[in-house]
Amino acid sequence: MEGQPSIWRRCLAHRSFVAGGSLTGVLVLTALVSLVWTPWNPIKQNLRERLVAPSWEHLLGTDQFGRDIFSIIMAGAQNSITVGVVSVSIGMTFGVALGLWASAKRGWTEELIMRASDFMYAFPAILLAIMLVATLGQGAINAIVAIGIFSIPVFARLTRGAANAIWAREFILAARAAGKGKLRITVEHVLPNIVSVLVVQITIQFALAILAEAALSFLGLGAQPPTPSWGRMLDETRSMIFINPWLAVYPGVAIAISVLGLNLLGDGLRDVIDPRLARKR
Amino acid sequence: MTLLAVDNLTVTLNTVRGPARAVRNLSFELEKGQTLGIVGESGCGKSLTALAIMGLLPENGWADGTVKLAGENLLTYSEDQMCQVRGNRIGMVFQEPMTSLNPLHTVGRQIAEAMRLHRGVNKAEARTEVLRLLDMVGIPEPTKRINSYPHQLSGGQRQRVMIAMALSCGPELLIADEPTTALDVTIQKQILDLIRNLIEDLGMAMILISHNLGVIYQNVQDVIVMYGGARVESGPTHDVFANLSHPYSQGLFEAVPQIDDTKASRRRLRTIPGTVPELADLPAGCTFQDRCDYVTDACRPTQPPVVQIAAGHNVACLHVDAARKQWAAR
Repeated sequence: MEGQPSIWRRCLAHRSFVAGGSLTGVLVLTALVSLVWTPWNPIKQNLRERLVAPSWEHLLGTDQFGRDIFSIIMAGAQNSITVGVVSVSIGMTFGVALGLWASAKRGWTEELIMRASDFMYAFPAILLAIMLVATLGQGAINAIVAIGIFSIPVFARLTRGAANAIWAREFILAARAAGKGKLRITVEHVLPNIVSVLVVQITIQFALAILAEAALSFLGLGAQPPTPSWGRMLDETRSMIFINPWLAVYPGVAIAISVLGLNLLGDGLRDVIDPRLARKR
Repeated sequence: MTLLAVDNLTVTLNTVRGPARAVRNLSFELEKGQTLGIVGESGCGKSLTALAIMGLLPENGWADGTVKLAGENLLTYSEDQMCQVRGNRIGMVFQEPMTSLNPLHTVGRQIAEAMRLHRGVNKAEARTEVLRLLDMVGIPEPTKRINSYPHQLSGGQRQRVMIAMALSCGPELLIADEPTTALDVTIQKQILDLIRNLIEDLGMAMILISHNLGVIYQNVQDVIVMYGGARVESGPTHDVFANLSHPYSQGLFEAVPQIDDTKASRRRLRTIPGTVPELADLPAGCTFQDRCDYVTDACRPTQPPVVQIAAGHNVACLHVDAARKQWAAR
């Protein structure tokens, strides 16, 4: 809009956007750096240096197998981001397509899609993921797919709701009066108008995916050893919790920071992209 | 040659209070190049008539009867076939220029889209054509405005853009649904003059829908007055306005403030008592019975017959003679 500060200005003026963006930036940067460099090899065991306390050599100490915790945390970020990107892509692709389809067709198609979504939504997500992984077999890929599938109804419901609101707008009627078919209207008019809502949901689903992956890995259903994963770190250090409690604290803090960062970013984005949705404070 | 023949059109809406017949047994014909006005108050079914012709009724509504465009019944067309008709053979202009354009696309792109869809022209040809259209509808500096977003244009300019969109594929019929209601009065006149001149130049037919009698009087050859979903009076515009014969048409006219220094202007402004009946439970007989000065028991059981009082001038009222006498003596 004319007279309004540019979108970047508004981003920088928004505190939770800046905080969330920085935390998410750190997460992404860590994952990228770990691709080429970590202080130690994150999967190399060194039984002589087990449970070493934090020092300049081992910033966060070592675990019961003598691996450098700082390095595992760094490499674990890769895992979390991969899970987030892939599972959100799966959920978004199918969910948005289903939601748009339901909204364009209305009637029975809409009922069927939405009731199926409700049915899936009613299942506790983690239970559904466990069920899927149990059926498909455990492993990182199946965990990602399971998380992706459980975010399909989230995107389907959101998309359908937002799209229905757009379909009721006057310019859609005008577009139909110009002879445009439903597919064309969906692509040209509906989708571009709901992107802002979707972007916000993507960041929130991303955070949820990281949490869900940690939970699945904790249960031994996600990433398999020796792939570094924050959830599995929690699981492996469970038996050490009374001996060396910090072992469980580090991955816990990493998960918490990532999820917090993404949620703050989502909140900030919502306010910045669409000021009308901004929460009244 | 008959371009559009609407015969016994009935539009039914499913509402929480049951099926509501929003348009009832409406019939009219439109010749090539003819202009027709439909006038009536909110909820009389005039907009739904337009949407029924376009096949754009809301989800909960359907149309019975026939709507023939050049002999082909549009009501039997599939959605795909209707997409070929909309925008291409029938153009439509809506009431709200503020919200009838997609805020995310430039106006140039939005005008070009319909042409590329129906005419299969390429990008460069479409651009040339859009510039010509923008110039035709009186938008200054078309080369600059083609890249404007809707929010950068004023209401009047946006309505000009809508008109350019509606005319872009050279339709045979233009339906203008309250095209100036959302605009201020000076712009109203400009837009109506523009539409009228373009229609004449291009030899198109037009259905102009309005609740404003003045707009109808100045811009169309024939007029239909609707009330409660039914036609109560119709005929050549000048005949109808010279001899308003249905009590409802008369009431509508009386409710318009007159600015001239005659006896009529010094009277109190009259209103029609009562409110529009619920479409879901319309009375059996004349829909206007509960608000009419001339009502008798004969009006209640059945629909009043249509009486022709002059060439082409029809009135659906049992007491048309009494109403006319009273109107002449007023």
